[in-house]
Amino acid sequence: MIQENLISASWFRPELALTAGIMLMFLLDLAWKKHPRRVLFLTIGSLLFLSLAGVFLAMQPSAPRLLFNGMIASDPFATFFKWLFLAAAGLTVLIAARSTEFGRHQIGVFYPLLLSIVLGMFLMASAVDLLMMYLAVELVSLVSYALAGYRQGDRKAAEAALKYVIYGGVASGIMLFGMSYLYGLTGSTSLLGLGKALDGLGAGAMGSSQTALRVALVVAVIFVLSGVGFKIASVPWHMWCPDVYEGAPTPFTAFLSVGPKAAGFALAVRFFWSALAGSPSGDGTGALVVGLTDLPWPAIIGVLAAITMTLGNLTAMVQSNLKRLLAYSSIAHAGYALMGLCAASTVGVQSVMIYLLVYLVMNLGAFLVVIVVAQATGSESIDDYKGLGRRHPLSAISFAIFLFSLTGLPPFAGFTGKWYLFVAVLQNYGLPGGGWYAALAVVGALNSALSLYYYMRIARAMFLEAPVGEVTVRPHLAYQIMLGAFSVALLLFGVWWNPLVDWSQQSLVFLRG
Amino acid sequence: MISQQNVLSWATFFPLLGLGLIVLFAAVRSLAGLSKTALDQASRIIAMVTSGGSLACALAAWHWYDPSAAGTLVSGQATGVQLVQHFTWIKAFNIEYLMGVDGLSISMVLLSGLISFVATIASMPWWGGSKYLAMAGMTGHEDSHHPKHFSVRMVPGYMAMLLLLQTGMMGTFVALDMFLFYVFWEVMLLPMYFLIGIWGGPRKEYAAIKFFLYTLVGSVLMLLAIIAIYYSSHAAPLADGTMSSGHTFNLLALAQQGREGVFTHAGPILGFAFTKIIFVALFIGFAIKIPMFPFHTWLPDAHVEAPTPVSVILAGILLKMGPYGILRFNYPLLPDATAWAANVIAAFGVINIIYAAFVCLAQTDLKKLIAYSSVSHMGFTLLGMASMTQAGISGAVFNMFSHGIISPMLFLIAGVIYDRAHHREIARFGGLASAMPEYSAITGLAFFASLGLPGMCGFISEFMVLTGSFPTFMLLTIISATAVIITAAYYLWAIHRAFLGKLNPLYQGYPDLVWRERVVLYPLGAIAIFLGFYPFAILDVINTTLFGLIAGIPRL
Repeated sequence: MIQENLISASWFRPELALTAGIMLMFLLDLAWKKHPRRVLFLTIGSLLFLSLAGVFLAMQPSAPRLLFNGMIASDPFATFFKWLFLAAAGLTVLIAARSTEFGRHQIGVFYPLLLSIVLGMFLMASAVDLLMMYLAVELVSLVSYALAGYRQGDRKAAEAALKYVIYGGVASGIMLFGMSYLYGLTGSTSLLGLGKALDGLGAGAMGSSQTALRVALVVAVIFVLSGVGFKIASVPWHMWCPDVYEGAPTPFTAFLSVGPKAAGFALAVRFFWSALAGSPSGDGTGALVVGLTDLPWPAIIGVLAAITMTLGNLTAMVQSNLKRLLAYSSIAHAGYALMGLCAASTVGVQSVMIYLLVYLVMNLGAFLVVIVVAQATGSESIDDYKGLGRRHPLSAISFAIFLFSLTGLPPFAGFTGKWYLFVAVLQNYGLPGGGWYAALAVVGALNSALSLYYYMRIARAMFLEAPVGEVTVRPHLAYQIMLGAFSVALLLFGVWWNPLVDWSQQSLVFLRG
Repeated sequence: MISQQNVLSWATFFPLLGLGLIVLFAAVRSLAGLSKTALDQASRIIAMVTSGGSLACALAAWHWYDPSAAGTLVSGQATGVQLVQHFTWIKAFNIEYLMGVDGLSISMVLLSGLISFVATIASMPWWGGSKYLAMAGMTGHEDSHHPKHFSVRMVPGYMAMLLLLQTGMMGTFVALDMFLFYVFWEVMLLPMYFLIGIWGGPRKEYAAIKFFLYTLVGSVLMLLAIIAIYYSSHAAPLADGTMSSGHTFNLLALAQQGREGVFTHAGPILGFAFTKIIFVALFIGFAIKIPMFPFHTWLPDAHVEAPTPVSVILAGILLKMGPYGILRFNYPLLPDATAWAANVIAAFGVINIIYAAFVCLAQTDLKKLIAYSSVSHMGFTLLGMASMTQAGISGAVFNMFSHGIISPMLFLIAGVIYDRAHHREIARFGGLASAMPEYSAITGLAFFASLGLPGMCGFISEFMVLTGSFPTFMLLTIISATAVIITAAYYLWAIHRAFLGKLNPLYQGYPDLVWRERVVLYPLGAIAIFLGFYPFAILDVINTTLFGLIAGIPRL
């Protein structure tokens, strides 16, 4: 037991580096309390610990392996998401360093808290045990509650934090309840054994006991799904999203919209593929069905996807606060990504991974422009974007690129992501009973056109309308470099996405039952 | 450097090169503190040169294209396509960079190069343009009532967008890989949105977003259809000679598979036959661009608000994308569904012809009249395409070319008077012929070319379409022939109201055509007359391809 843990620890170095970072950063914050350059030092410190985790991650052997007596898995799938989280966190640290939303003393606590979320997300992506899954989700959630209300003396921040706590508490409680059902049914908390155990149960049960079993299982899965749905902000667990996004400090909002969402998807993929996939097949048509329940899980997720994206897009149309608009847009994007999940194929999983990666860049970029404009005008209203094209062309043009990419127009990387999702969905319409996949693809496609309307409202304000007032927008040089780099990356991966394909292809290896 | 293997890529990416140069110049300006005028002039010159370079490449391609040759072998197969450039782009989906032209696309490449260059020249304030612009108060200080002329407002941005648009258009006509085609198709949307939305008229925002939304709805349906086609296709050879794994985006291979009936045997979608549902999805995408009734309502708005050169491109090239796409996708890939839909296409064509002609009669705005006349004339292309006769389909594509020459002339003419009078209300003019005789003469020429006067290309195309469609759709042809009279009526009436009669004293002393306008109007007029007497310059090139195309369509 102890020996297993000790051996596992050597595969756990990235997480250990983060843990060390969390503790040391708190201490360093205290040590440099009065130092004139403390923000710079703390930023460099956080980046160092993130890089350290990255170095350990890069050194890790890619062979899949179970750690800590089957609690977490170390496999290329988890590694892919860990890189994604590190990138999101690193960029957030850079963005936060120059943010005016944090007080001088707040930033020192923000960094270690951010690192703890990263640690939680690492665990979310690699947990293969119900208990570990729950602990990881809670670690991410609890710290997020604190950071959502991080703007002191701001009523909206207080509201955001409170809403987040209540929603999150209920959602994770429901999830835990569902997990307890699963444990009760199978006597095991391991995801890997779950599928087999359930199959065995189904074979043994007869008549009415089988009916009871089915009902219990359906309830359990739906309950677990609600925990995941809360993390990725999909309908009907999305209500917290606009308020929290609006109230939280914008750098953290940016992080929240990409990091935990991706972690939620990683968790969902693992859960559905490990516990519920009947017999995973590599031919891209792996049936995501529990033999016991006759419920068509892919179709249920498909319907959720359709509703989520439609509701997100329709509501985003009437928003005038950019943070709220982007919140609803992020709900819509959760819907798009769910399309990949419901395809229930390896290509589907790959499409989710590529989409989340691209989404990370474009959404962080979009929030960065929101920060830039808010620093100049002090507001996030769409009216303040009028004439941005003339006031600061770089911000405006890169924002336009992020928005077009979010819409999914070529030649930007957002199109690559959407292309993969549509491919994953349309690959399945020929399967028996898969006709609804074609309908889902049409809904997704029309939603892209729908989303164009509100993204273009911003572009219109920036380029087509005259500026109001004489506000100069002068973003920090670091911000300008980031905006340019994000734009170039989106353009590059829009026309040359072989690297994305290759990387996600190699990362499709994950442990399952 | 420029060879037969890469001339199409040069034609496509020359303008993009110009865009890069303009961005570079803008960056240099912000660093080195160049004056605004210097940047404006530099971007104008860059746009002229790169757009001219693109035209030169298009002419070279036209020169090299040999209608009698069997075509380059693409992956070991004879396809009737020439000037091919071919390499693998994205391996995971067998996406290739495949460019080439057949008779259909080479005519569109020539048109696209020519009209793009015309539009670029029309965007310059040079050669006498400043004279009347200053008169109309359009160059000075900007306010909401007197916006500056588009040729002097945010020039680098305008030129950059114009060049990006040209790349998208040229690429659409030469791409022979479905994915590549789609990328170019979408690339056209953004610059068009900004060109209308920033440099347009009073209701520019509305017109721009309407154009964008209509086209995007069409193109996302197209995207799904493309993916569905991909997954129903069989393997095809790739650029490096190996077979693709599973499926292909290669339009030439897909056309081959379409003729072999691969898609006819594909599984149904939601209970509908695969070919029919894919046909409809593609067709809607293309019909919005044509624009076909009832998807045409974006066009008058876009045209009325767009600045003159953008209208020129819109009418001259963008509308041709619709029929081109139908002939490139629907006809060769889904021949049986094409036969199934032919009657409906013809019926919609006739609605376009008649309905839009009547709408023209009711227009008071000169530009709106010309916009609706475009809708009417594109109806002839639909009718000719649907007839499946040799004369019909040749006439349809010849009509695309001739409309691509005449309608830019018409929009330039509308721009000439708008630049001077600041409005386009036909009824408010009167007797312009005595103030601007040269302008009136060229307007008469363009109007007569458009209404189908023998001796000009409009006549040839309408005549060919009508003779071609008569054997197939007798009644519909007779109905559409009546539109020729309505067309004559609205054009002659417009001439009557605006140019003849007593000169409205308001327009006394208006300057006649300046060189900026002459250099674009006269060549176009000359081409219209030349093609009226010698249509074989185009027909000889397009016929082989088109006859092969309709030979593959089964008769029902």
